[in-house]
Amino acid sequence: METLIIILAGVLVAVATYLILSKHILRIILGTAILSHAVHLLLMTMGGLKRGSTPILAENKVAYTDALPQALILTAIVISFAVTAFILVLAYRLYRKTGSDNLDALRGMDDE
Amino acid sequence: MMNNVLVFPMVLPVLTGILLIFLRPYIRLQRWLSMLSVLGTGAMSIILLQRVQASGILTIDIGGWQPPFGILFVGDSFALLLVLTASIVTAVCLLYAFSTIGPAHEQMHVYAFIQFLLAGVNGSFLTGDLFNLFVCFEVMLLASYILASLGGKRKQLRESLKYVIINILSSWIFLVAIAYLYGAVGTLNMAHLSERIAESGQTPLLTTISMLFLIVFSLKAGLVLYFWLPGTYSAPPTAIAALFGALLTKVGVYAMFRVFTLLFYHEPSITHTWIGIMAAITLIGGSIGAISSKDVRVIVSYNVVIAVGFMMVGLAAATSAALEGSIYYLIHDMLVKALLFLLAGTMIALTGKSKFNEMSGLIRNYPLLGWLFFIGMLSLAGIPPFSGFIGKVLIGKGTIEAGTYILLALAFVSSILVLYSLLRVFRNAFWGETVISLEEEKPLKKSWLVPSVLLAIGTIVLGLGVEVLAPYVQDAANVLLQPKLYIDAVFQSK
Repeated sequence: METLIIILAGVLVAVATYLILSKHILRIILGTAILSHAVHLLLMTMGGLKRGSTPILAENKVAYTDALPQALILTAIVISFAVTAFILVLAYRLYRKTGSDNLDALRGMDDE
Repeated sequence: MMNNVLVFPMVLPVLTGILLIFLRPYIRLQRWLSMLSVLGTGAMSIILLQRVQASGILTIDIGGWQPPFGILFVGDSFALLLVLTASIVTAVCLLYAFSTIGPAHEQMHVYAFIQFLLAGVNGSFLTGDLFNLFVCFEVMLLASYILASLGGKRKQLRESLKYVIINILSSWIFLVAIAYLYGAVGTLNMAHLSERIAESGQTPLLTTISMLFLIVFSLKAGLVLYFWLPGTYSAPPTAIAALFGALLTKVGVYAMFRVFTLLFYHEPSITHTWIGIMAAITLIGGSIGAISSKDVRVIVSYNVVIAVGFMMVGLAAATSAALEGSIYYLIHDMLVKALLFLLAGTMIALTGKSKFNEMSGLIRNYPLLGWLFFIGMLSLAGIPPFSGFIGKVLIGKGTIEAGTYILLALAFVSSILVLYSLLRVFRNAFWGETVISLEEEKPLKKSWLVPSVLLAIGTIVLGLGVEVLAPYVQDAANVLLQPKLYIDAVFQSK
């Protein structure tokens, strides 16, 4: 199961890399969103997938799932949500200002 | 229990920031509150520094969870010195912002986000947990994204888009590195990590993971991977740019010091050699950038890059003198970079031009501004009465002890190039024929100069008052050199 999830994470990274290397801002943003999903899967797998019972202290329970990665992922999801929301607004403002979402059209320095 | 004060440098700005959002129409009150919060943070860090000096490293286990399990804050001299400096610099930048940033920014919560930025910076300095470091980084970065793009000029939006994407990628690598490290050693508490890595003797796998951290912090600090930096730092309003130049890269530098002295210090022939190589490339690249540009703000931004390379020379040498030197230099650089950004911004605001070859003879119009720039320049080049000197001497001594003569040569050649790059600005912009006649001269408001004067006094005081600061810096370097002190402090409190 771990191997499968890791392969899935790898596929997601490949997809995200492809998207990030394109010229359209929207695709890049989608790429970063997929990238964060990939790392969340990686975090989860690194703590070991489900084995044993829920991590609640009780008698007769020896093996339990590591709860820490879940907490880490929860935090990371919130952060990537906030960042994605912000960058979408930023891209929209940039589009309104320049009328383009193509990175080539945004090249050039000192044009003000 | 008195250790609870340790959360103040992060919690106070967060709470103030939240409060400021609700006080949107009351600009004057916002100014007062934000200034009070920053000064309070600074005062708190002085108290904490004294306490560290008296009774050793402070820790607080948040929520009462015992060390390896919960998140904790660890205040050692290194972290608290930086918290103090960050508070001072933020206070001065706020002062500059009050008179320059304009109502549009003030009504759009600029002060609240400066508070959040400071909270993230202080949190990064104080945290004792690697994942919490990531979270504090993100708090700081989100605030910086907003501060960078606030105002919505075309150039600002374009540069902040690049900045955001670069940082999303580097945060992603950070998470990947954390995931691998957790998979490899099963903990994220820094003291616990340090123990476990020491037990395993830093296996090649762990060294590989450490290189991932090196890449992450290089992106944040602008070590080799600084291509995003000059653009981002030259787009926002001056007060914000000064804050960025003084604080943001330094947090990356701090994280690099922490990680490579506390966690991954067993294979210096690999990690520290790479840090040395990267520092050398940064020094060369930054110097070329600083000399090749004519735009004052870009020159100052490249000086940030050179300083990062310089501090990393200290980390690469990793002797006690070199680390002490780096800590001095870190504090000095936060003050002087803020000063230079403020002066460059003031020059551009007064002349309406951003290239130094379009300015001339400003010293006649604005003598004080010229002399402040001169002080900043000398301080950055490391001329004795000012604060850059002691850091440079100690780093030089450290590299000689470590026998890394190439780094030594590069570090000091780069100092000369720093001097040259700023001297070019000084010679062209302040000397020469005065082109602005007295009638068309824009009046220089006192409130524009006061922050720079404060910072210039700061660099002189820091230069002359090294003796006062010495015990704190020695203590800080001591903890960096002996990870055991840090580990014991975290685990003994029980």
